[in-house]
Amino acid sequence: MYKIAKKRSLNPTVTEMQIVSPLVANKAKPGQFIILRVDEEGERIPLTVAGVNKDEGTVKIIFQIVGATTEKLNRKSEGEFIQDFVGPLGVATHTDGIKKVCIVGGGVGCAIAMPVAEEFHRLGAEVTSIIGFRSKDLLILEDEFRACSDRLVVMTDDGSYARHGNVTVPLKEMLEAGERFDLIITIGPLIMMKFVTLTAKPFGVPVTVSMNPIMIDGTGMCGCCRLTLNRNGERITKFACVDGPDFNGYEVDFDEAMNRGRMYFDFERHAHEETCNLFKKAEA
Amino acid sequence: MAIVQKKHEMPTQLPEVRAHNFSEVALGYTAEIAVEEAKRCLNCKNRPCVEGCPVNINIPEFISRMKEGDFEGAYRVISESSSLPAVCGRVCPQETQCESKCTLGIKFEPVGIGRLERFAADYHNENAKEKPELPTQNGHRVAIVGSGPSGLTCAGDLAKKGYKVTVFEALHTAGGVLVYGIPEFRLPKAIVAKEVETLKALGVDVETNVVIGKTLTIDELFEQGYEAVFIGSGAGLPNFMGIPGESLKGVYSANEFLTRSNLMKSYLDKPVTPIMKGGRVAVVGGGNVAMDAARTALRLGAEKVYIVYRRSMDELPARREEVEHAEEEGIDFRLLNNPVEILGYENPDDPRDPKNGFVRGMRCIRMELGEPDAKGRRRPVPVQGSEFELEVDTVVISIGTSPNPLIKDTTNGLDVNSHGGIIVNEDGLTSRDGIYAGGDAVTGAATVISAMGAGKVAAKAIDEALCARK
Repeated sequence: MYKIAKKRSLNPTVTEMQIVSPLVANKAKPGQFIILRVDEEGERIPLTVAGVNKDEGTVKIIFQIVGATTEKLNRKSEGEFIQDFVGPLGVATHTDGIKKVCIVGGGVGCAIAMPVAEEFHRLGAEVTSIIGFRSKDLLILEDEFRACSDRLVVMTDDGSYARHGNVTVPLKEMLEAGERFDLIITIGPLIMMKFVTLTAKPFGVPVTVSMNPIMIDGTGMCGCCRLTLNRNGERITKFACVDGPDFNGYEVDFDEAMNRGRMYFDFERHAHEETCNLFKKAEA
Repeated sequence: MAIVQKKHEMPTQLPEVRAHNFSEVALGYTAEIAVEEAKRCLNCKNRPCVEGCPVNINIPEFISRMKEGDFEGAYRVISESSSLPAVCGRVCPQETQCESKCTLGIKFEPVGIGRLERFAADYHNENAKEKPELPTQNGHRVAIVGSGPSGLTCAGDLAKKGYKVTVFEALHTAGGVLVYGIPEFRLPKAIVAKEVETLKALGVDVETNVVIGKTLTIDELFEQGYEAVFIGSGAGLPNFMGIPGESLKGVYSANEFLTRSNLMKSYLDKPVTPIMKGGRVAVVGGGNVAMDAARTALRLGAEKVYIVYRRSMDELPARREEVEHAEEEGIDFRLLNNPVEILGYENPDDPRDPKNGFVRGMRCIRMELGEPDAKGRRRPVPVQGSEFELEVDTVVISIGTSPNPLIKDTTNGLDVNSHGGIIVNEDGLTSRDGIYAGGDAVTGAATVISAMGAGKVAAKAIDEALCARK
């Protein structure tokens, strides 16, 4: 059992928790993830590590309440326990030799992008962060990003806060103005990462994308998280859990990944509704 | 008294009943049948059956106890050599091991050794009250990576000798392939849990949620004071065929399909982890894992299940008993067929059609057997122009695995072969002092009992090495 040391709400649909797990805290690096189960009969879900506190032995996770499991997790309070917590899994984000980086985060993906930005900042790289949200209500981690970025651009799709539009707009402006990044790292919805990659392509800037497919074991055993890379005319199967989660954006078959991500869409929607109804009944 | 020429039959659930439930297929002997079957043993002098057992159980001795109705005594004899009797009695391929050597088997059917072993183990699990005695501790610590059959065996043998053993398991439940791979209807999970509890009573610690190579490295285990490490991390990453359509929705590796159903309990009426149930299912491959996947699909409610295998029944590697059970249950064997493409549904008029991107069929080609290959198996050759479409909604690919690189990549000086399997000597010792390995991590996908044999060999070698150091 793993204790929830701290919990806070970042916005109505996004929660941050610090989980006591000294072994994971000791090892986890930005870009890696963990897998957790909320209770004895729960499903296994992957969540990216959003930070660690080695002294306290805690690991920070940030999650959006999108389904039955995240709903159940969000109902847990500080001081309560979750059943399983394993990691760190996957390969850490490569930071070697990068002096000027652009971090492009979207929605709850910003929770994953933030520790990556912090890491580059700590290593002395020049960090530009572009973070986008659907609206002002969903904004998270603005102060944290400001603290570790040399330049921060905040975007909202509906214009309810900061600049109106999506993240590719300022990225394109910067690239067109002659800005040359050693690397663009983008983390967020697949469709956003696809368009960030397309935006960067004419300028020849390398793009790393962080994939977050459906997983079970997280150690390469099941192959559920497989995705296809197009490399030199060949199609190569990779497992996001052991080969990733970071991949070269120019190689990833995004359309296939989006299709696979929707495999259990109906099941998940029903499960979430049922869980919410159960909680409502219990409260009534 | 004349010898009963045939093995006493194993009572089983009727095929038409069991095809729709996840309860165990084979129901086990009654005490009366067990005694009668035990009486078939000739108790011959040269005991060839013991040689046929990878863990060298004293088979004639335990059968002698059973003849007298001393089932607990029989269990004690078995457990001297095997840490997982209830598991082996169910999943060992006895027909190619102990029973293949049985003297009685020269003229008649061999003694049903596996069935007797299972009875003794089940009898013990149901009736034994007292916990096993905690062995006298010798103060030495050994770490085991993976709680599958090789790791549990190695752990059990060392614990009985007084070692303080910790087993590290990556998943949330101990048992490895015994819990995520082999289905409930062949090996009930309660039985695996019971065997793990027995090991814990012997003083073995099981740490779940630790991925060696990630959470901790092998070298860190030595730094923590473990004096030897046994790697039994299992088979690894599933292979895919490399044909178009393998990433469509509805295509699974056998590992994923079985893990969802077994470990994550997707077979329940209201599962928390989803799995595609019903419809038409094609399982590609001919091993025991393919049989497990096909029969699981059937029990999940499939209206039709095919086994698609590129060679013929003679080359099919699964156990005969499993193939027979599958056939009885109505699995349709499409032999000498090879998939060339998995076909997806695409509605040109409606990009939001929910069926878009799901499997609608599989294009296969007929094969014929040509010249024998290096292993002596006749090589399947495609018959030109014989392609056809099989209408299916789910495809399960069960064509083997490749070793997991997590441990190799984080352990300096650990040599692996060209396939990625860890290289060991006859004692299970790797290229690194103090590090031993066994099971599928060494051999690639094989059987539960051969993994147990490797765990046993390594336990003996670890004991000798650490004793020499004292």
